[in-house]
Amino acid sequence: MMTKAHSIKRAASLYSFQEEYFLGKLNLEDLLATCQQLDIPGVEIIGEQMIPGYPHLPDAFFEQWHGWMDQYGLTPVCLDQFIFPQIYKGRRMTEDEMVASLQEDIRVASRLGCSIIRVQHSITSSILERALPAAEKAGISLDVEIHAPNTLEHPFEQELIRTFERMGSPYLGFVLDLGIFTSRFPRIITDAWLRKGMKPEIADFISDSYDRGQMEQLEDGIRARGGTQDDLDVAFFAKHLVSSDPRKLLPYMQYIHHVHAKFNDMTDEGWDDSIRYEEIIPVLVEGGFSGYLSSEYEGGWYLQDAFVVDAVEQVRRHQLMLKHLLGEDEQAAGKGA
Amino acid sequence: MYDCYMIVAEAFKNVEKDGQVSGYQFGLRIPFFSGVVVSLVGRTELSVDGETVPEEAMSITLRGQTYPKTALVNDPVTRWEFGETGIVTVFKPGGLSKGEHTIDVRQEVLIGWQTGGIFGHDTKKLRIEP
Repeated sequence: MMTKAHSIKRAASLYSFQEEYFLGKLNLEDLLATCQQLDIPGVEIIGEQMIPGYPHLPDAFFEQWHGWMDQYGLTPVCLDQFIFPQIYKGRRMTEDEMVASLQEDIRVASRLGCSIIRVQHSITSSILERALPAAEKAGISLDVEIHAPNTLEHPFEQELIRTFERMGSPYLGFVLDLGIFTSRFPRIITDAWLRKGMKPEIADFISDSYDRGQMEQLEDGIRARGGTQDDLDVAFFAKHLVSSDPRKLLPYMQYIHHVHAKFNDMTDEGWDDSIRYEEIIPVLVEGGFSGYLSSEYEGGWYLQDAFVVDAVEQVRRHQLMLKHLLGEDEQAAGKGA
Repeated sequence: MYDCYMIVAEAFKNVEKDGQVSGYQFGLRIPFFSGVVVSLVGRTELSVDGETVPEEAMSITLRGQTYPKTALVNDPVTRWEFGETGIVTVFKPGGLSKGEHTIDVRQEVLIGWQTGGIFGHDTKKLRIEP
């Protein structure tokens, strides 16, 4: 297979390694060293997750960060932000405070050397517009995450697209989460349900209904099979997964600045169990995407009740798959010849 | 998420003050995938051996600083970092008896865009050693 010419790059979101970090097995520097060992050029970080004290950080932290980037040969790509509107007792944050919170993220992203901020999906057009001047000045793109159950066709995303068109700024766009292309129900999730005591015929019914795109009768079917309220509650989660058609991205490619290459379960054969990367990446190439594919492993949540999570191995396999689909192994073979 | 890691067994013990057993402690981690300021740490629904413990009896220690549990809601600055073990100290003169106890915690985190949050739940059987 010859891969069409492209300039797509690879990264990893340190979010992938959250289990190892949470349990104190690997610290921030260990994770950056791991990225180097796995031959990953770009790095993405959630400030609130892995930078203690975020966003009020001393100069010494940024010096250390850039020292690590040099030492481990990494490029800082994306800072993922949150707004937590409930931090003040008895009232919700005002819009002014939310804008200030996002401006703080822009300041940190700039000092980290990131060119992209993943803006959480709950943002409003108004907050984006008000924070945009600071982002433009810093040369940082504010990119709202498209995440299941939403897709680009949903009213909220369509409203954002109209805002992007009206503002006409190259510093507004999307981070695309590939979870919207979950074409097969993840086996890792049904296995976790079975461990918690779900009847196999109910787990099969939910995953089969998803795979066939027949989710309308889900609750009735669960009840008919003797399902409990717990079964109905977890089935609600299944309704948050989406199997969109990758080709629907093409009209919007100019707004897709970064990709969360979501995966839950890299099999021994080297493919993700539920997301068909081999159908998605050619569309990104065709559409001229030139940003980073950032590995985002989330399968640990469905294993941690019973297994030791090995995110490093999962990301290693995922990066090998990305290299293959991006044609980097052909290039390496060509160089060697 | 992270429910099964909320209660940290190693920190479970009776504590003394002025030579008297004044209560007991256990470690707690927040069931969310990032750090939060402590005003986002909502209700802590704790029961020990089936008996509900009021929040007024709890204090939380983070990095050597101790706060009454009921004061956290007023503090939008101090952070409870991702994966950080906070120490929950429960005021209970005499402490817990030697042997096995069932610790059950439902911990709220107020991460919603509107109001409300999520709950994590963990139950562990832990021992007070002689």
